[in-house]
Amino acid sequence: MIPLSWYLLLSAALFSLGVIGFLIKRNLITVFMSIELMLNGVNLSFVTFAHQWHLVKGQIFVFFVMVVAAAEAAVGLAIIIAIFRTRATLAVDRIDLMKL
Amino acid sequence: MSGHLYLWLIPALPFAGFLLNGIFGAKLPKSLVTTIALLAPLGSFALVVNAAATIFLYVSRCKLCGPPDYGWSILPLNELHGAWITSGRLQIDFSFVLDQLSLVMLLIITGVGFLIHIYSVGYMSEERGYWRYFAYLNLFLFFMTVLVLAGNALLMFVGWEGVGLASYLLIGFWFQKTPAADAGKKAFVVNRIGDFGFLIGIFLLLSTFGNLTFAEIGARLAADPAMQGGVVTAIALCLLVGATGKSAQLPLYVWLPDAMEGPTPVSALIHAATMVTAGVYMIARTHAIYDRSPFALSVVAIVGAATALFAATIALVQTDIKRVLAYSTVSQLGYMFLGCGVAAYSVGVFHLMTHAFFKALLFLAAGSVIHGLGGEQDLRRMGGLRKNMPITFWTMTIAVVAIAGIPPFAGFFSKDAILYAAYQEGAGGKILWFVGWLTAGLTAFYMFRLWYLAFLGESRADLHAEDEGALVHARSDTKLTLEAEHHHTPHESPWSMLGPLVILAVLSVIGGWVGAGRFGAFLAPSVGARTAEAASNTLEITLTALAVLIAVIGWFVAHRLYRNYAGEEPLARASFPYKLLTHKYWVDELYGTLIVKPILAVSRFVLEMLVDFAILGGIAWLLAGMASFGGALLQRWQSGNLRSYAAWLAAGAAALLLFALVPWTTVLADVGIHLNSAGH
Repeated sequence: MIPLSWYLLLSAALFSLGVIGFLIKRNLITVFMSIELMLNGVNLSFVTFAHQWHLVKGQIFVFFVMVVAAAEAAVGLAIIIAIFRTRATLAVDRIDLMKL
Repeated sequence: MSGHLYLWLIPALPFAGFLLNGIFGAKLPKSLVTTIALLAPLGSFALVVNAAATIFLYVSRCKLCGPPDYGWSILPLNELHGAWITSGRLQIDFSFVLDQLSLVMLLIITGVGFLIHIYSVGYMSEERGYWRYFAYLNLFLFFMTVLVLAGNALLMFVGWEGVGLASYLLIGFWFQKTPAADAGKKAFVVNRIGDFGFLIGIFLLLSTFGNLTFAEIGARLAADPAMQGGVVTAIALCLLVGATGKSAQLPLYVWLPDAMEGPTPVSALIHAATMVTAGVYMIARTHAIYDRSPFALSVVAIVGAATALFAATIALVQTDIKRVLAYSTVSQLGYMFLGCGVAAYSVGVFHLMTHAFFKALLFLAAGSVIHGLGGEQDLRRMGGLRKNMPITFWTMTIAVVAIAGIPPFAGFFSKDAILYAAYQEGAGGKILWFVGWLTAGLTAFYMFRLWYLAFLGESRADLHAEDEGALVHARSDTKLTLEAEHHHTPHESPWSMLGPLVILAVLSVIGGWVGAGRFGAFLAPSVGARTAEAASNTLEITLTALAVLIAVIGWFVAHRLYRNYAGEEPLARASFPYKLLTHKYWVDELYGTLIVKPILAVSRFVLEMLVDFAILGGIAWLLAGMASFGGALLQRWQSGNLRSYAAWLAAGAAALLLFALVPWTTVLADVGIHLNSAGH
């Protein structure tokens, strides 16, 4: 049996990759994907603990997270398209004003 | 006696006039403004006359119902309108008191005030600020009647300050002109010095008597004959400081001559007939205190006599018709102080009354001259007006004769009574009498000088033509500068102006006939009877003859010097005294150097630069600097850069995680720090 810590290390690695990606990537879509990566890193922890302790709560949380992630993907992509339309760029550095 | 006299209505009517004209005046038609402005003082005057008639009727009916003078015991009549200030045992009421003194004052104020309102309708008819002028004038009457009717010192102080405000507003009526605005400020500031003294006096009254009601203070003093000198003298002197400010006595007289920058009817009403006599009224009103302090009384007398002589000498050489009258007013107020200072309060008030008649008349006649000449105020450029302005000439003549103290005109009786009262005050009184007597001669001289210069001889309108332009601008009464630009022959004033002149002329003739004796007997319940030394009839007649003699001498000298005046000042031959007098003893310069400049310097360098700018401003700048520096630092956070926000978020989350996960107590204990005192 694979020990718990391996799963958790993988989860932490995924999450950290997500954070780093979020921080260093310029392209908005990559940033967006980094967010998904973080969410899934957390999901992995949930599932791991649910499996370890034989509790179903963790798995339910995973579904919630996936629903939120799906909704977020829809809204987020829509925003990204809107931003691209108005500014013709997706570089995060250039999108630094709330106003147009 | 039944019913109420509704004393509160006497001040309330002018106040209503002030509110109506002050708020809506700019939009009302001129005729309505005039109606409101005239009805208010007329109503007050009618109420005062009604009060007087009611009282006299009651007294005459009461002749048979008790001992003689029983009827007068209804006075003082006290009308209470609720408590004003209640604090512990202290209670100050809105109380209006009518007694013989305030009745006389009210008749003068509302009567002369109403006449001057009528006059103003003619005089100010071309003014743009017509409504504003009448609003202020009504406001003045409101405060003046409050001052006179007040039953306690604090309510009197309200009126006292209020008339100062009205005076300020009216002196600066032509506020676009710098001299007028400056004169208003000067009057206000100088009065403030006096008011400070008055206020200290009120505090002393309060701490000594626990009470500010005049009647109760009088009763307390009457019940305690031992109370004398000491704090009573201090109170009396403080009140005197207030009186010298308001009544333009030495050393605070300097504002009154400058106050001539205001419209002439204002000079007549406020700066001659009524407001400036408030100091005399106040001393008469608080006579119970002065009676207990011979020292303060002699100070009053000395201030009065000194002012009378001092101002009269300056008046000798003035060339501005209003300035002559202004210094004359200061001088005559000195007479009133002299009268009060020898404890002859009723005589002081008697002179106050006659002076109100003839001095208001002098100012109004001077105003009529100025009006007729299109704004000319320089005596050197007048002359020959007798032919052009006969009514003004004759009324002015009556006023001049009255102030000069020639029988049987009003001024003679009151001035004579003051001199007589002064003479009876022991050895010092002889000196006071001599000063007053000398002043009487000077008064006659400068008044007849004015009379000769303005009305007799030939017109000198073109004499000083070279400084025409300068004069038109320098004129204080420039209401008619527009008119002045097109030269025209002097004309008589309209009847709205001449009517008051004629009425005041009649009063200036008959005003003194009541006689100081009977007047004093009437006022005695208010201001106390004078316990005169027994004097022989011959002495009285001699003094009277001397007074008339010096008046005639003054007239004669003026006649010799000014009958053939042709533009050359005869007094200028005595060059040093003349220079001294034309520069008004350099008192303004002296005050400017000794008081105004140091205060200004302290204000500018210590208060403004150091305290205000450096210290207070420094603190404010420091706080502002800290805020903006902090803001500038923290502003960098709000870069708008999404990734920097995310980084901070991640750093924060990491910090929280660190805080939550690390077992701090253990870690710190390892390096020797114990978090709780009992920690091992």
